[in-house]
Amino acid sequence: MNAPSITTTAKTNTVSRHFDMAAAFKDALKAALIMLGLSIPILVYKTDQSGADLFLTPRWGLVAIVCAIVFGLRLVLHAFTASRAYRQATPSPHQATEPVHAMPSAFQHVSRFAIPFFVGVAVTFPILVYLIQGGLNESRYWVDLGILILTYVMLGWGLNIVVGLAGLLDLGYVAFYAVGAYSYALLSTTFGLSFWICLPLAGILAAFWGVILGFPVLRLRGDYLAIVTLAFGEIIRLVLINWVDLTNGGAGISSIPRATFFGIPFSSGEGGFADTFGLEFNGMHRMIFLYYLILALALLTNFVTMRLRKLPVGRAWEALREDEIACRSLGINTTNTKLTAFAIGAMFGGFAGSFFAVRQGFVSPESFNFLESAIILAIVVMGGMGSQIGVAIAAIVLVGGPEILRNLTFLQSVFGSGFDPNEYRLLLFGAGMVAMMVWRPRGLISEREPSVILKERKAISGSLVKEGHG
Amino acid sequence: MEIFVQQLINGLTLGSIYGLIAIGYTMVFGIIGMVNFAHGDVFMLSAFIALIFFLILTTWLGISSVVLALFFVLIIAMVLTSLWGWTVERIAYRPLRGSFRLAPLISAIGVSIFLSNFVQVAQGARNKPTPPMVQDVIVLFQGESGYNVALSYKQVIIMVVTAVLLTIFWYVVQKTSLGRAQRACEQDRKMAALLGINVDRTISLTFVIGAALAAVAGTMYLLYYGVVSFTDGFVPGVKAFTAAVLGGIGSLPGAVLGGLIIGLIETFWSAYFSIEYKDVAAFSILAIVLIFMPSGILGRPEVEKV
Repeated sequence: MNAPSITTTAKTNTVSRHFDMAAAFKDALKAALIMLGLSIPILVYKTDQSGADLFLTPRWGLVAIVCAIVFGLRLVLHAFTASRAYRQATPSPHQATEPVHAMPSAFQHVSRFAIPFFVGVAVTFPILVYLIQGGLNESRYWVDLGILILTYVMLGWGLNIVVGLAGLLDLGYVAFYAVGAYSYALLSTTFGLSFWICLPLAGILAAFWGVILGFPVLRLRGDYLAIVTLAFGEIIRLVLINWVDLTNGGAGISSIPRATFFGIPFSSGEGGFADTFGLEFNGMHRMIFLYYLILALALLTNFVTMRLRKLPVGRAWEALREDEIACRSLGINTTNTKLTAFAIGAMFGGFAGSFFAVRQGFVSPESFNFLESAIILAIVVMGGMGSQIGVAIAAIVLVGGPEILRNLTFLQSVFGSGFDPNEYRLLLFGAGMVAMMVWRPRGLISEREPSVILKERKAISGSLVKEGHG
Repeated sequence: MEIFVQQLINGLTLGSIYGLIAIGYTMVFGIIGMVNFAHGDVFMLSAFIALIFFLILTTWLGISSVVLALFFVLIIAMVLTSLWGWTVERIAYRPLRGSFRLAPLISAIGVSIFLSNFVQVAQGARNKPTPPMVQDVIVLFQGESGYNVALSYKQVIIMVVTAVLLTIFWYVVQKTSLGRAQRACEQDRKMAALLGINVDRTISLTFVIGAALAAVAGTMYLLYYGVVSFTDGFVPGVKAFTAAVLGGIGSLPGAVLGGLIIGLIETFWSAYFSIEYKDVAAFSILAIVLIFMPSGILGRPEVEKV
């Protein structure tokens, strides 16, 4: 389809050597005008409530700034495309004479060092923070942030099995997260089971739900499947809200037992963790334990996924993602393949869910809305669907980034004191998903090459291969 | 009996709103085969546009006639929402033609998240109540138990506006060259392009028409409920999509029919079973229809092409 046209060299002369300023200017002006049209009235007038009445506050200054930004960006974009077109149109002296080697991507060079580096940082993170911050209590915030990020890394890796490897767009992943969380919450509060018994149970229950919900949707095509999983996710959330007898409704389940160190509670008294190991009691012990717990769970997810990719079922997932019809013609049982992807993805969601419950000590249906699914999906999409390290980096950037931005005080002096980057987080998520699909559909750091290779590794990046439609 | 008639009226009103949104889904699906996930949020955005212009017209410009104000609000909301529809298509969907199959849907989810949070950032997270616009009711008949079956003026307005706009829209699709181009693109995009139809422009216009009808729905929603918040795009959007699928996606009369059915089911379910589970009912219908009758009531069964 997109074969390079033969007339490239002939075009060289027609590509203007100078940047057509007038046309770019006109186009940028057009873009700014469209932006002006879009911002009327949604950005121009803010509705504020006083008593029962709404009144409007005009904000023309803000709109002027936004339009100016759009104008500038459009101009820069024009300059960029023009310079690129010029570069491409000017043949390099080596171009024709040297054979083009399919070089491994820069990422593949880096990844050899990057992965041990990331794992090392993750393992030593609490110690590093302790050393930098100079005390256990001071490092509380950072360890907490680390736990949050790792939870999303794990969820991202779990969803990656379904979306990235098997190519099934699951918009209701948060349902399995919810199943895991409520399994632990209910089993521990009703039957008094410990976390270590509930963790596998939560995983099994979530996997079971994965099969139940996966089974009816197997016949569906990509986007219908996505919508049905969305519907299932919402149904589970609404049932959790409305089945008050079981789940205590929207109020949620509180006072869920906390995690213990393999049976030793993190309490200050006799027989507690600090007492047993002869340490001074500190609430941070539990936090650090939770950190290592989620790190272990996340690494387990990663390890299992990496191994599964090399097994027949993992190869079948990848084949299914590339072309379902070809897959079926080759005798792969697509039903089982899809179900295992759903079940295993759901199982890791369940693990993460029960971790969430034990960390928070409280679960309510509001933690499991569609937006949460969308955030996890955004992490997987921006990590380059299928790439494990990409998902981890995306989770760090998308979840940790806004938190870190919030602490940069100079931003508040630029944007005003009420500036909270978390407000704009989802705005950026949404825009990021679109930008990703438009520019790098394979993700920023995609290394989604097939796991199985004949004889030697041919460095064909996933982004060069056109995906089959099936 | 009285409750039944009352719920029938309410259901038809709600159903017309869903039907108007569903047309946007069904047209886009028909022409480029994608689920425009962001359509519900375009609808929500249009309700905000309508709200702000209603305030401008009534409080600043001093238009005292509500009907006149509504008329202007409707026109303005349609124009501005169309611009949004056009821009979204241009930025988020057009570059994805020929990309892999799930790309447009993921992009649409991104647009949906973007739009709802854009409105949240720009307008705040609270519900925005409007001053009551039309309050009079016509009592149709009085029941023995003192239960009046009432048809409110706003329900009349909603049904009349829906009917009029659907007629205009029907005329455009069936009788004008634009509609012919659109139907041609729907059947075979490549062939249509060979025959000199500007496919990109036709697709853009499809989004524009869909957004304009969503703006009508948004204005009517505001009139009916008198309150809107930034989260209001999601659930009505999913219900309208359900309507589109139920009616047979790609079929325009199907979308309206599906909308009416979904509206009726929702109101009767709330009246006779449980109001808490009304959204569960809607989502269940969506799942059941997609799994068991994906071609809907009036749709053509889809043939899988290799």
